[in-house]
Amino acid sequence: MDVKNILMAFLWFALISGALGVLLAVASKIFAVPVNKKAEDIEGVLPGANCGGCGYTGCAACALAIAEGKARVTACTVGGQETADKISSIMGTGSVKAKRMRAQVMCSGTEECSKKKYDYVGVSDCVAAVRLGGGNKMCPNGCIGLGTCVSVCKFGAIKVVDGVSTIDYSKCTGCGTCVSACPKHIIKLIPYEAAHWVGCMSVDNGKITRSYCDVGCISCKLCQKNCPAGAITVDNFVASIDYEKCIDCGLCVEKCPRKIIWSSKTADGFMTISRGDIDHSVKGTAE
Amino acid sequence: MFDLFILMLNCVLVENFIFHRFLGCCPFLGVSGKPDSALGMGMAVTFVMTLSSAVTYVVYHYILVPYGLEYLETIAFILVIASLVQLIEMFLKRFIPALYSALGIFLPLITTNCAVLGAALLEVDEGYNFIYSVTFGFSAALGFTLAIVIFAGVRQRVELAECPAAFKGMPIALVTAGLIAMAFSGFTGMSIG
Repeated sequence: MDVKNILMAFLWFALISGALGVLLAVASKIFAVPVNKKAEDIEGVLPGANCGGCGYTGCAACALAIAEGKARVTACTVGGQETADKISSIMGTGSVKAKRMRAQVMCSGTEECSKKKYDYVGVSDCVAAVRLGGGNKMCPNGCIGLGTCVSVCKFGAIKVVDGVSTIDYSKCTGCGTCVSACPKHIIKLIPYEAAHWVGCMSVDNGKITRSYCDVGCISCKLCQKNCPAGAITVDNFVASIDYEKCIDCGLCVEKCPRKIIWSSKTADGFMTISRGDIDHSVKGTAE
Repeated sequence: MFDLFILMLNCVLVENFIFHRFLGCCPFLGVSGKPDSALGMGMAVTFVMTLSSAVTYVVYHYILVPYGLEYLETIAFILVIASLVQLIEMFLKRFIPALYSALGIFLPLITTNCAVLGAALLEVDEGYNFIYSVTFGFSAALGFTLAIVIFAGVRQRVELAECPAAFKGMPIALVTAGLIAMAFSGFTGMSIG
């Protein structure tokens, strides 16, 4: 009787497992989906950080888009030229020049330079602060400095220095995750080698900007008038540089009365930020 | 019909799988970072739990009972549910890619989930018939979805709040889960069904 029970259990389970095994094997043949070989190969050479900087949900989605020709081989800004070369060899296209970008926080309003509307004591997050009357800074386009960008950066390239997010160029891959996370929309992607940028995005007029920030753009247009390449335009009370035209002469840095056009300098193989006469300690490797 | 409604209400609120029975705590803590992914997980659990309730009912009553193999229900259910999920995954990938990508990674994750297995075993213990079994599976999963989505919403706020370093991350999440469980324990007093 006992032996019969054991045998019964054994037989039935062998039967069930066997039947299910066969069923799955047959199903895997019937329901087989043609896999895109190229997409698999491309995913292999992508960085795999799943940062979403390319605009797709992850590296796998980006690889599929490239394989299907919906995205360019340079779609991955993080991987840069190296990855672009590998992808183009998989795709069978010639080498395409990838443009390396870096993120730049367009605000100079450190703690002592800018005025506050109120004391914020809520959760330590810029998005939460912005919901409370647009944040505690009087400037509508100033860095709140609570570090939403710091927490979203997959590469640990951002830290808040003196109330303004600052980017470590050696770690920044130009993925753009911080750009879309910033509730004030003051982080921009600029060419990695860009020598100069305007550290302000205030769209208030000069008088108002002056009332709450010592380092805001007052739209005096001195930079625009003095730029030999015509790369700077002052629009909506704030200056901006067109990097297609900029010739890195640095004249605007000297002319700006508010000293808010910043320069990156390459010294000892490192990229250093400077504003006016002040040298900042954040460094990055130069290419 | 009214009985079924009582059963559903009971499963969703009073005997919630997570807060009352403590089943499925792993996905509850693991996939509750964002309400979106929590909802995806809930959908996948609902899908699998409903189907597995039906299949395990058939397996139990037409294979195990006639041959006196009830004592092997646990291993039989694991076997059947795991294969079922694999099969469903292949089927969806081929015919309904949209649903496949929506459920995504959550589908294989819950292959051997204790909530799914727990539902199958509880249905047998309670001696439910086919309709009751499927309703039980569906509404238990509905309760799971409710719990995980609520928890994800709360957790998003907790993540941003400043809390002592020792409590950061999982500890404060567990404390939060405990507090929500306490709130849900209020439903116990309803004593329906």
